[in-house]
Amino acid sequence: MTVTVYVPNDSGALALGAGRIAAAIDKEAQKRGLDIKLVRNGSRGMFWLEPLVEVETSEGRIGYGPVQSKDISGLFDADFLNGGTHALEVGPIDEIPYFKNQQRLTFARIGLTDPISLDDYLAYDGYRGLKNALAMSGADIVRHVTDSGLRGRGGAAFPTGIKWNTVLNTPSEQKYIICNADEGDSGTFSDRMVMEGDPFVLIEGMTIAGLAVGATQGYIYLRVEYPHAHRALNTAIAKAYAAGYLGDNIQGSGKKFDLEVRLGAGAYICGEETSLMESLEGKRGLVRFKPPLPAISGLFGKPTIVNNVISLASVPIILDKGGEYYRDFGMGRSRGTLPIQLAGNIKYPGLVELAFGLTLRELLYEYGRGSASGRPIKAVQVGGPLGAYLPESQFDTPLDYEAFAAIWAVVGHGGIVVFDDTVDMAEMARYSMEFCAIESCGKCTPCRIGSTRGEEVIKDIIAGRDLHKNIPLLRDLCDTLLNGSLCALGGMTPYPVLSALNHFPEDFGITEQASAA
Amino acid sequence: MAANPEFMNQPQIGFKLDGEEVFAFEGETILQAAKRHGKEIPHLCYSDNLRPDGNCRACVVEIEGERVLAPSCCRKPSEGMNIKAESERAVRSQKLVLELLKSDMPKQSQSPYTLKSELDFWAEKMDVGTPRFKGRSQPQADLSHPAISVNLDACIQCTRCLRACREEQMNDVIGYANRGSHSEIVFDIADPMGASSCVACGECVQACPTGALMPAGNVGLQEADKTVDSTCPYCGVGCLIKYHVKDNKILYTEGRDGYTNHFRLCVKGRYGFNYIHNPLRLTKPLIRREGVPKSTELLDPNDLDKEFREATWEEALDFAANGLKKIRDEKGKKALAGLGSAKGSNEEAYLFQKLVRIGFGSNNVDHCTRLCHASSVVALLECLGSGAVSNPVSDVAQAEVIIIIGSNPTVNHPVGATFMKNAAKRGTKIILMDPNRTAIAKYASHVLQFRPDTDVALLNGIMHTILAENLQNDAYIKQYTEGFDQMRTHLRNYSPEKVAPICGIDAETIKEVARLYATSKGSMILWGMGVSQHIHGTDNARCLIALALMTGQIGRPGTGLHPLRGQNNVQGASDVGLIPMVYPDYESVEDPKFRAKYEKLWNTELDPKRGLTTVEMIHAILDGEVFGMYIEGENPAMSDPNQNHARKALASLEHLVVQDIFLTETAGFADVILPASAFYEKTGTFSNTDRRVQMGRQAVNPPGEAKQDLWIIQEIAKRLGCDWNYQGPEDVFNEMRQAMTSIAGMTWERLENEDSLTYPLENVGDPGQPIIFTDGFPTATGRGRFVPADFIHADELPDNEYPLIFITGRQLEHWHTGSMTRHSPTLDAIEPDPVVSLHPLDLEKLGVEPGGFITVESRRGKLSAYARAELGIQKGTLFMAFCYNEASSNLVTNDALDPAAKIPEFKFCAVKAYAGGTPDQRIN
Repeated sequence: MTVTVYVPNDSGALALGAGRIAAAIDKEAQKRGLDIKLVRNGSRGMFWLEPLVEVETSEGRIGYGPVQSKDISGLFDADFLNGGTHALEVGPIDEIPYFKNQQRLTFARIGLTDPISLDDYLAYDGYRGLKNALAMSGADIVRHVTDSGLRGRGGAAFPTGIKWNTVLNTPSEQKYIICNADEGDSGTFSDRMVMEGDPFVLIEGMTIAGLAVGATQGYIYLRVEYPHAHRALNTAIAKAYAAGYLGDNIQGSGKKFDLEVRLGAGAYICGEETSLMESLEGKRGLVRFKPPLPAISGLFGKPTIVNNVISLASVPIILDKGGEYYRDFGMGRSRGTLPIQLAGNIKYPGLVELAFGLTLRELLYEYGRGSASGRPIKAVQVGGPLGAYLPESQFDTPLDYEAFAAIWAVVGHGGIVVFDDTVDMAEMARYSMEFCAIESCGKCTPCRIGSTRGEEVIKDIIAGRDLHKNIPLLRDLCDTLLNGSLCALGGMTPYPVLSALNHFPEDFGITEQASAA
Repeated sequence: MAANPEFMNQPQIGFKLDGEEVFAFEGETILQAAKRHGKEIPHLCYSDNLRPDGNCRACVVEIEGERVLAPSCCRKPSEGMNIKAESERAVRSQKLVLELLKSDMPKQSQSPYTLKSELDFWAEKMDVGTPRFKGRSQPQADLSHPAISVNLDACIQCTRCLRACREEQMNDVIGYANRGSHSEIVFDIADPMGASSCVACGECVQACPTGALMPAGNVGLQEADKTVDSTCPYCGVGCLIKYHVKDNKILYTEGRDGYTNHFRLCVKGRYGFNYIHNPLRLTKPLIRREGVPKSTELLDPNDLDKEFREATWEEALDFAANGLKKIRDEKGKKALAGLGSAKGSNEEAYLFQKLVRIGFGSNNVDHCTRLCHASSVVALLECLGSGAVSNPVSDVAQAEVIIIIGSNPTVNHPVGATFMKNAAKRGTKIILMDPNRTAIAKYASHVLQFRPDTDVALLNGIMHTILAENLQNDAYIKQYTEGFDQMRTHLRNYSPEKVAPICGIDAETIKEVARLYATSKGSMILWGMGVSQHIHGTDNARCLIALALMTGQIGRPGTGLHPLRGQNNVQGASDVGLIPMVYPDYESVEDPKFRAKYEKLWNTELDPKRGLTTVEMIHAILDGEVFGMYIEGENPAMSDPNQNHARKALASLEHLVVQDIFLTETAGFADVILPASAFYEKTGTFSNTDRRVQMGRQAVNPPGEAKQDLWIIQEIAKRLGCDWNYQGPEDVFNEMRQAMTSIAGMTWERLENEDSLTYPLENVGDPGQPIIFTDGFPTATGRGRFVPADFIHADELPDNEYPLIFITGRQLEHWHTGSMTRHSPTLDAIEPDPVVSLHPLDLEKLGVEPGGFITVESRRGKLSAYARAELGIQKGTLFMAFCYNEASSNLVTNDALDPAAKIPEFKFCAVKAYAGGTPDQRIN
């Protein structure tokens, strides 16, 4: 009997040797005359176990990890193809609490299936949302999305239904759907995992968006640093075209939607939606002033939906199970689930999809199990390089857009980077300014000049020079960055800078009193 | 922003600004509305005539209910919005932005390059002192361009220059490179400006708020004594310009918001003024030394003293007038001829033709219109009863289709061309028809690079298609035209398939263009001398007129016929009768009714026969009919075709009076030279290509003893027996109004106030008519006439001995015979040497490297110049400007004339070309 073995093709796993492991397993099986079917699945998102090899058994899928080349022969010896016991065995995957306790809606298929198999996709509830959508009016589709309470998962948390409704109600011969796949925040990888682990869900989500608002052309703006995602998406798009899920006549409905992947050129700022559109139009990635909103005048001046990968990938299940189903997850005005990315100095880094409402502390300690170094966690940065640093005293904040806003922090794209007590927060603040200086598009004054000057001021502070002048100067500068920048890059750089200064004044060599000056 | 007519009668949006109830017009930004209410919000990247970009953030304001501040230059208020521009929070950011920008300045201080830095202005006003921040590492100065200094250490990256370059003038030279604090303004691919593709329109300089881009020579650090609002001495576009003057010198210029230029200028208008300060200016009257014979060679200025001596004005005027009088009295009235100037004012041109008609006693008066648009005017008068444009250039903004034929607007009408490019950007289709693929081709939807000389065949093919496909406007033809049936019959012979091999454009393209032109909501035709300067120039124009008539693409906004006028006042000089066949307003000298009118007005007897045209005068000299000439501001020794012939004629004149500002090539043949005034040294009106009469005001005084032309003309006239006493241009203008119905209602006072008025303006208070022929034509029948034209070839076709085609024209930096531009150190530095342009493959065939010497020879003469490779030049042809006396293209050209208009065929003659030779000595 043929045994199915899963070795992830996710770049996280590949970076840890999954490619070599897959080849070695194949070779060893041939050597031993064993009949196996090797499937390259997505990652389960438990990175401390990667490369995580799974074997299909009568007891379900049994996992072994992290597997190294030297372990292969021993695994075969231990009869892992039949779920045999081995030091690396982690038991049935579904029973691992880290995984079991998640609420995977958007990530429902990731790790389970062969990402580029349309058959797998269809077998695991794929394209059910599209089927429903094809039977609905655009307005009805938009209503489902609105009812779901879905908010933009890219970071801004703007209600997706409202954005879609604006595009729906802006008359134009041509409209566009853009997927912002320029995932560039430090500590984030959920977009990548979706595109590598379940590209069809994104394609389906974008197709539904196109049907909803009357857009016939979609673009996935993918960062060039994601070659595996690029391959997976292009393969999946080709298959979708071949099977009539894209093109001029989607599933015989007479409706049209074309989709193509466009690669960015490495600029962080092109993850900002207006720069992204400039870049897509073939221009230099410079931020545009809003209004007009892209929903009214976006790509090539046409009404355009720009949504993050996760937002769009969440649409198929909403259309499959209804807006209410999705809305029933979450808390307050943060509805549904959030794929949280645990990274940095954490024992169990990975992808945790949960309904909104869990506290940081639960995440860090129940899922992440504390720092990887074993030292106390001093701070976490939530929401990427422009997110605030949170001290231990704020770890009981629930993951909820409003709760975070109330403590002058952001959930952002759901990336959490953990630091233990060896971190120097003044250096982190300096780095935040440097990041802004490096990634600034150079258009607006506060960001272009302010970030460079800001880094110099922080260096002066670190060196202990003229604190009574430089601290107020840094605060003045942050005030203008926050209030006067053209986009969120300059506008949010004060979040990490000021949160570091406010929560960790001692790292800046100043007393609490001086920091407030 | 001043009262903006765009916003007139529009709904108002009420909002609160710093506690005060105010309103905005639809489309107005917060900044604009605030300014209209007398509140200035600091701003740097915003400029009235550029797209708001919102990058500098100096104008941020607080909007109630919004998390962050908003840039008031981009944001439009909505009803009930509560906006605070002066709140503590808004001001804090405004000031910090200014502080950051100032920290980028050299020495973190005021701009070292201009006294008018907007950053310094706002920093001072907002009380921003020395920045608390460190400075940046500063870029090097780029002083590679003759006209523009680039000091990016004063750049605040507001991108006003970039928007001016890319969006306004659409020259696409300036870019914004790199990112973050490394962002920088670059020219092309970070070339030095002088080595870049910059055309020096200077729009970027005008847009720069901090002096990072300035006119070369640190003029920005000098405080002007005064500014003078005037117009431009160069092409027919007629840009309005402000001159900044100090110590009787023009420091620099600034585009004004003229109807035709909207603040824009080109390299000549902006930087080409300094010829007037050239030390070679004539400052004293000169009389030919007795016994020094005239040569047919050009006079070397070093030999000036050998041939001429200085004289007092009294002596020179007497000498000049007596010589003319003697010929008139001894050899007859027709033994004299006068050439006036299209570069002078309307008043000067009017007086000059009046002087010839009364003082000389004949109609032997002409000017360079004969050499440029005479054929267009003849055809327009013949077919439509009026010799001027039907619609202004600005109508391109309203057209769906623009045909540009035989015109190189980016070179010859650069500011007009920017509006064509703008229109193309907004979706208007430009159809370029020209033997050469000129720069505007980049913006064209169709480029028809037809064989030189085949215009009539091509245009007839287009018209054939229109009729064959029934795309003509029958209702219009019926109501407003005559002669259509004859035209229809005539066009049967010109199927696209038949003309295609003649003009080298495939039949399908001809058909496509025909359909586009005929069926668009508005199609406009603009043409230049590629149409007019042929022996069939009148026929070419007749075809264009017929095309407009049969489709009814005339008489509405965004349609019509526009021969682009080459000189600042060629329209006006023609209008006021500086033409041998007509009095002012194109009233025929051979029509007794009009003759009687002018005999009464001028209280004199007038010659009932038309006079000699420019080229006819030259022939008449050699034929022993003309013995004396008065040439004011014209340069036939450079501008006339077949120059060996022309120079021989000039040298053989018994008495030649030349009135000019430099020792022109023509002045060398003179018996007396009268030092005259340049454009900037006198006041008068000038009529642009749109029929706009515009006020040119004196900015500086003439140098030395040089005199204003109006005075000189009058002094000569007095000595020839005219009893004149005009106190100034206003007196002359008022007499013109009596003569000319077209401007009868145009008052000097109103021109003084409004600067620019369009005729026809028959009654005082009329608004003027930018668009004419809205209801028929000023012909005897009130109808426009179809005049069929058959295809004929140029006078001299290539053959085995002379296998190439020589086409002449102009270059961007040089104008006409170069008497002005080649004396401008700036323009001369940009384009210093004579060049002949060829297709690179032709150059290769001739074995000439680009930059090497090439000799061009025709049956009439030859020249040697530098070879330039240009892909846009059609194979088998050579192109050259006629401004270089060391390689004068008119030594080569043919003096064959169009029979109707007497215009020479500058656009076609047969030549051979070969490697080698050297240009003659340049004569300054």
